[in-house]
Amino acid sequence: MNPESLSFIFLNAFLINNFVLALFLGLCPFVGVSAKRDTAFNMALATAFVMFVSSTCSYAINQILIKFDLEFLRLISYIALIASSVQLVEMILKKFSPVLFRALGIFLPLITTNCAILGVALFQTSRGYDFLQSVSFSLGGGAGFGLAIVLMAGLREKLELSNLPNITQAAALSMMLAGILSLTFMGFAGLGTTA
Amino acid sequence: MVNSTKQEAPLTLDVFTTGIWKENPVFVMMLGLCPVLAVTNSVENSLAMGLASVFVLVCSNALVSALRNFIPKQVRITTYIIIIATFVTLVDYIIQAISLDLYNKLGAFIQLIVVNCLILGRAEAYASKNSFSKSVISALGMGLGFTLALVMLGGVRELLGAGQLMGYQIFGTNFQPWIIMILPPGGFIVLGSWLLLINYIGQRRTGKLIAEDLRSHCSVNNH
Repeated sequence: MNPESLSFIFLNAFLINNFVLALFLGLCPFVGVSAKRDTAFNMALATAFVMFVSSTCSYAINQILIKFDLEFLRLISYIALIASSVQLVEMILKKFSPVLFRALGIFLPLITTNCAILGVALFQTSRGYDFLQSVSFSLGGGAGFGLAIVLMAGLREKLELSNLPNITQAAALSMMLAGILSLTFMGFAGLGTTA
Repeated sequence: MVNSTKQEAPLTLDVFTTGIWKENPVFVMMLGLCPVLAVTNSVENSLAMGLASVFVLVCSNALVSALRNFIPKQVRITTYIIIIATFVTLVDYIIQAISLDLYNKLGAFIQLIVVNCLILGRAEAYASKNSFSKSVISALGMGLGFTLALVMLGGVRELLGAGQLMGYQIFGTNFQPWIIMILPPGGFIVLGSWLLLINYIGQRRTGKLIAEDLRSHCSVNNH
C-alpha cells in the first residue's frame, strides 16, 4: 500500500517524472513517430489507451499471481497481456472507428514493444499502488507521453524550415532537442518531493 | 541474400566485428535506446546493464536459432518474446542474488530488457535465418557493441557529473561536478554529442574519399 494521493501520482507521472523525458521510457516512438504533429497526436492517443487498459488488467493479473504464489511468472504474463490488449484495441478500433484505425496504421501493433507500457505495469507493481492509484498513474503516464511527443513533433516541424549544418542528421538533432526539453521539464521538480 | 538456395556464407571474423562498430546497435542503428539513456549515469551501472543484455541476447539468439526450423511462422514473434522473457527473468534473479545493491540501482530496467528492440530485432532479422554458431557469434558481437556504447556514455557522464571513474576520483577536490550530466537531460545531450562526433568523423572520411576520387579522375583525364 502506497500513501501517495491520487492527484500527486497523476502529476508525478505527467510532469515531474515524465515517462519520456525523465525516465527514458518509450524513446523509440518518441524519436520515430515525432516527425508530424498529427501522427504524433494519434500515436499518443492510442498509446494512452493501451496503457490504461494494460495497467488495469495487469493490476488484476498481479493479484491473481500473488494469490497463487507465482510471482516469477509476472514478466511473461505482463508481456502476453500487453500484446493481447494491443490486439484488442486494434479490433475495437477497426470495428468502431475505421478512420482512426487507418490513420494509425502500422503504429498500432508497434505499441507492443513500447517500453512505457511495460514500464507502467512494472512500476505500479514495485511501488505497491492500489487499483485507483494504478488508474491515476496510467492516465498520468499516458498524458505525459502525449505531451512529450506532441511538443517534440512541434519542434521538429519548425526545424524543417531552418538551415542546419550537415552533421546534425535526424537522430543527433532529436537527441539534442530532447535534452533541452528534458531540461525544461526539470523545472517541475519543485512541484513535489521526487520519488 | 539473393541466392537463398545457395549455401550460407561461411563463418568469418566479420560476423563478430560488424556488431561492435560498423553496425553498432546504439550509434548506427539506434536500437534499444531506453536502457542506454536510463542507466548510464555511472560506468558500473552501464557495465552491469551491458553484460545483462549480452547474456539475454546470446542465450535467446542461440535458442531461437536452434529452434528456427520448429517454430511456426505465424506465431514466431510471440515465441521469441516468450523466449526472451524467460531469460530476462533468469537474469533478474541472478543479479538479485549477486548484488542487491546493484539490483536496486538498476530497478525496473533489468526487466525492461524484454522490450529492448535490439534483442527482438536480432532474433527476427538474424537468428531465425542463420546457423547456431553464426547466431551466437553475431549476438556476442552485437552485445559487446551495445556494452561498448553504454560504457562510452556512462564514462563521459560519470567523469563530468561526479568527477570520478569507476568510483575513483579523477579530478581534484576543487572540481565542481556538472550535476546536469548525471540527471536525465545529460543522457540525451551526451548521446547527441557522441552522434554528432560520429557523423562528423564519418563525413570527413567520405569527404576525403570523394576528394581522392575526383583527383584520380582528373589525373586520368589529363593523360
